[in-house]
Amino acid sequence: MDLSLSTRTVGDRTVVEVGGEIDVYTAPKLREQLVELVNDGNFHLVVDMEGVDFLDSTGLGVLVGGLKRVRAHEGSLRLVCNQERILKIFRITGLTKVFPIHTSVEEAVAATD
Amino acid sequence: MATVELRFSALPEHVRTARLVAAAVARRAGVDEAVLDEVRLAVGEACSRAVGLHRNSGVTAPVKVALIEEEKQFSIEVGDEAPHAVPGGDTPGAQDGDAEIEEDEMGLAVISGLVDDVEVTTGQNGGLIRMTWPTAPPVTALL
Repeated sequence: MDLSLSTRTVGDRTVVEVGGEIDVYTAPKLREQLVELVNDGNFHLVVDMEGVDFLDSTGLGVLVGGLKRVRAHEGSLRLVCNQERILKIFRITGLTKVFPIHTSVEEAVAATD
Repeated sequence: MATVELRFSALPEHVRTARLVAAAVARRAGVDEAVLDEVRLAVGEACSRAVGLHRNSGVTAPVKVALIEEEKQFSIEVGDEAPHAVPGGDTPGAQDGDAEIEEDEMGLAVISGLVDDVEVTTGQNGGLIRMTWPTAPPVTALL
């Protein structure tokens, strides 16, 4: 299973829909996508992880890197995830305190805090 | 000897293969279905780390994975042949300095968060991560 990426704009947010497995092999593709979006001036990102089957620490590293980039432009990076096995990885690494995690894209897009 | 042994070139694309094989052997060994996701993630982390260490230090040897079925337990050993730095010291040959080290530590953090029984040993000639899970008795033993 490879990684699938698609982006769309919702208001002032850019939603990145990710599917498949984010691991040491595929994470560079996600990194490139996030870097490109930020370089193109998209500083409010919503990463929809509902289609993600597998996430490892390399993937976490890419998301943290994305967060650093958008924050440099006073932007935001929000996640959408309801899958327990993915949420668990954020929990054991303490990253639930770093990322706002939402239950739907609509909720993430509407969030302003 | 190990139930199944796997050696793969230190390339990121092979880590997924190691995850799939490890999960399949763990399932057969009687590791609880609910824990298989953890096995998959932990072995992936250990293999990603080993691949990174080999690539950063120019080691051409393969990464070794041993899947060991024992009485009441199942163990996975992931061995690398990279010369390990003294903890706290600089890693020689690391290209992207801090970022590489951070990822390495994050991988270990995930492993220790996931697996209760884990041993990490390192030496001049490489390192080994051994992770162990309990297994349920095989169905035939219950008859």
